[in-house]
Amino acid sequence: MSEVTRAEYCVIACAEAWRGAGEILASPMGLIPSVGARLARHTFAPDLLLTDGEALLVGLDGTVEGWLPYRQHLALVTGGRRHVMMGASQIDRYGNQNIACIGDWAKPTRQLLGVRGAPVNTLNNPTSYWVPRHSRRVFVERVDMVCGVGYDRAAGARHHRIPRVVSDLGVFDFATPDRSMRLASLHPGVSVEQVREATGFDLVVPDEVSRTREPTAGELRLIREVIDPEDTRAREVAC
Amino acid sequence: MTDRADKLLSADEAVSRLRSGMTLGIGGWGSRRKPMALVRALLRSEVTDLTVVSYGGPDVGMLAAAGRIRKLVTAFVTLDSIPLEPHYRAARERGAFELTEVDEAMFMWGLHAAANRLPFLPVRAGIGSDVMRVNPGLRTVTSPYEDQETFVAMPALRLDAALVHVNRADRLGNGQYLGPDPYFDDLFCEAADAAYVSCERVVDTAELTKAAAPQSLLVKRHTVTGVIEAPNGAHFTSCAPDYGRDEAFQKRYATTPWPEFAARFLAGDEQAYRSAVGEES
Repeated sequence: MSEVTRAEYCVIACAEAWRGAGEILASPMGLIPSVGARLARHTFAPDLLLTDGEALLVGLDGTVEGWLPYRQHLALVTGGRRHVMMGASQIDRYGNQNIACIGDWAKPTRQLLGVRGAPVNTLNNPTSYWVPRHSRRVFVERVDMVCGVGYDRAAGARHHRIPRVVSDLGVFDFATPDRSMRLASLHPGVSVEQVREATGFDLVVPDEVSRTREPTAGELRLIREVIDPEDTRAREVAC
Repeated sequence: MTDRADKLLSADEAVSRLRSGMTLGIGGWGSRRKPMALVRALLRSEVTDLTVVSYGGPDVGMLAAAGRIRKLVTAFVTLDSIPLEPHYRAARERGAFELTEVDEAMFMWGLHAAANRLPFLPVRAGIGSDVMRVNPGLRTVTSPYEDQETFVAMPALRLDAALVHVNRADRLGNGQYLGPDPYFDDLFCEAADAAYVSCERVVDTAELTKAAAPQSLLVKRHTVTGVIEAPNGAHFTSCAPDYGRDEAFQKRYATTPWPEFAARFLAGDEQAYRSAVGEES
């Protein structure tokens, strides 16, 4: 098989977010997290619930197994049996996330999506993030509008947890004493310097830096032939 | 036996009952099952200075572009396949109206509170986020039980009027959805003093349950003031299973300067709109 692409390492890194999650809803936002969630469901997390992106719970072959309109989806969020992977227009060292607007909220220079469900997600179920282009514009010292709540602002809220941030450069977590962002693994072909250069705050880098794991031959075949034969993943992360 | 109230109205008649300064709830979600024929009728009227409460899509974009909104209550505005609503964006970036920005769940509990005649409902959302900073009027409430947890006390989103669009309705105001998601349309009607329900087709009451299960009867007549027959009335948003989103037309809407779009498509009545859309395709 041809060389593993960066997009495929990203798929693996996203899929790993749902390892051992049990019978919960995987809510991936973005192409690569969607491929990752399906890969997890195909392999090491067979009990995951998946949606068709609308109101139905579906199996891997599209078989409908449940009904989940927005209202029930919001109830499921508050029940906690869900792990969502959201996007982030900005994210800071404690995992505060912004998708609402850039600049002054009262009169933004760029209006984005709005807070959406980020405040309720982060206080109720594990929330991870996916950033397809790691840069200082995204990894900022301070976000302009806190939508998803970070560790410094959650004040130990009982159901708050940000398991990981996945970018095109690596995987990050908050396994530090003050819960600030730490480099958990580098995707093969990426250097620590490259990550530091693209990050607008001081990132915690352990002495021994891990590499994002290799996909197995079976996983590569699933990604390339079964889950994403159209190679949509390359649209989010090239090379 | 007395005849029960026939609530059939035209879109223009429904809009003639609205007043400037009202708080208006608009059903649907993003660019899905929006009561666009009613929004178009609203744009033909003089009604302005509105507080709009919506899980926003092109309804918000159009009303914002036309300068009809004084205040917007929302968690997002999107066209779905086009993530950012360009006319809403432009209006926000020029500071055209006030915004009450709340989370999707807070919005839902605000409607529930209004429907239940409660002043607020507690919600585990908002705390720690800037939703609290940009809404300094929001209050919190502490659990009176052992856990002592603090919640946001989401105030009721009581509406002067609601506009929603469904697949079928009878003349009495019983509304039916046939797509996969009810969104929050029944709640909008329950949270409002008056509700105007447009539908693809008005049918006899008995016909509603001939081909569909009774749980598809989403909107109940005691919450409905007027019924408007509006075929293609959600266009260009989706109205599953009757039709999907008109992506080509939505793109046209998103890329055409507002004055040009309004002159081309919104200068006449609904019939003129349909003709203008027909000439495009």
